[in-house]
Amino acid sequence: MVVLDYGSGNVHSAVKALELAGATVELTADRGRVAAADGLLVPGVGAFSAVMQQLNAVRGGELIERRLAGGRPVLGICVGMQVMFENGVERGNTTPGLGEWPGVVDELDAPILPHMGWNTVEVAPGSALFDGIEDERFYFVHSYAAQRWTLDAIAPFPVPRVTWATHGVPFVAAVENGPLAATQFHPEKSGEPGIQLLRNWLRTL
Amino acid sequence: MSVATRVIPCLDVAAGRVVKGVNFLNLRDAGDPVELARRYFEQGADEITFLDVTATVDERATMYEVVAATAEQVFIPLTVGGGVRSADDVARLQAHGADKVGVNSAAIARPALLGEIADRFGAQALVLSLDVKRSDAAPSGFVVTTHGGRTETSLDALAWAREAIERGAGELLVNSIDADGTKSGFDLELIGAMREISRVPVIASGGAGRVQDFAPAIAAGADAVLAASVFHNGELTVGDVKRALAEAGVTVR
Repeated sequence: MVVLDYGSGNVHSAVKALELAGATVELTADRGRVAAADGLLVPGVGAFSAVMQQLNAVRGGELIERRLAGGRPVLGICVGMQVMFENGVERGNTTPGLGEWPGVVDELDAPILPHMGWNTVEVAPGSALFDGIEDERFYFVHSYAAQRWTLDAIAPFPVPRVTWATHGVPFVAAVENGPLAATQFHPEKSGEPGIQLLRNWLRTL
Repeated sequence: MSVATRVIPCLDVAAGRVVKGVNFLNLRDAGDPVELARRYFEQGADEITFLDVTATVDERATMYEVVAATAEQVFIPLTVGGGVRSADDVARLQAHGADKVGVNSAAIARPALLGEIADRFGAQALVLSLDVKRSDAAPSGFVVTTHGGRTETSLDALAWAREAIERGAGELLVNSIDADGTKSGFDLELIGAMREISRVPVIASGGAGRVQDFAPAIAAGADAVLAASVFHNGELTVGDVKRALAEAGVTVR
């Protein structure tokens, strides 16, 4: 596994959690290593615009795009998931994302923000990521999220599996879409269920 | 469905050792913060907070090792407070495995620090920690203190919290100096007042003594509860607190 090293905050835990889930992990942004890995984990915390800037500095978008074009698995976490959408809107400013999925990442309409803590999820039927951990809580910490999912199935590709959560309003908590999977919550901070999710992801590779 | 109320054990650490009375049975080394954090993780803690009460720069380096060692074994969010003076301090703590930092007196001395941290790491990584005392001198009746409550500042606690949120604090850790150590329950008026002015999560701290002390703090408006000595001295487990909260109708993990 490669955890994409592009200056994102706490990646230490992502590396350790993947190792605990059974993977051999390297933290790098080296083009060859990223391309060759069995799986690429894209972490991300902080502002959407800042994360995009940091990603662009290592040509992260191109690295991700190239993997996906070849059907090579990528897992985005938190803002690493948000940047897969077309746009992020923060304080009225729109930042283009990687555009792997249509839609916008916008502030949640909730009495308390950030959404911080352990919440339940409505798991997509047939989900491989949540196999055996459908009823667990996962650790979220974010104020923004994709609140609509508009990508339909395009033959011959399988239907995207979309898992939802609610904080004030419903939002996308996880997506499994061919080689590209992502979670808005932090599996690496969600105790044993989070490790199990990573194990499930490794099993799909 | 809603986000669960968090129960957060807090460990005071100096020179790599837990400094408040720890009286756990079956611990190989009761003063080892890593082992204690893992114990709380196993008990179902929702987050862990380390408070670095170290005095010297040399000892601070030890804190980074403690954070790194903990993050290798404890897969829940880790907050580190104490000694954070700059955005670079935050970068270093995050590189060692911390998710959030608590900022207290450094932000009082230089409020711009809050914006610098929030801009670089996001509001979700920044906890404003307040040591609050009741005082007629403050308009709200609550004043901000430093040095563990020994020194009163001229800051009204509610006005300061409001300003800190505007500057980018993503969470408030509200510690009542009056209630701290009394084990007679949280300062519910203080929590209620903070809830009223805050759209960010509020963590109640100070005064926990019995399992039944926690639910009223949630009813008063807290999103999370933090305690130290009742956990360390073995009086209560995280599980005990969660059971009591659940019985009172509070959603817990």
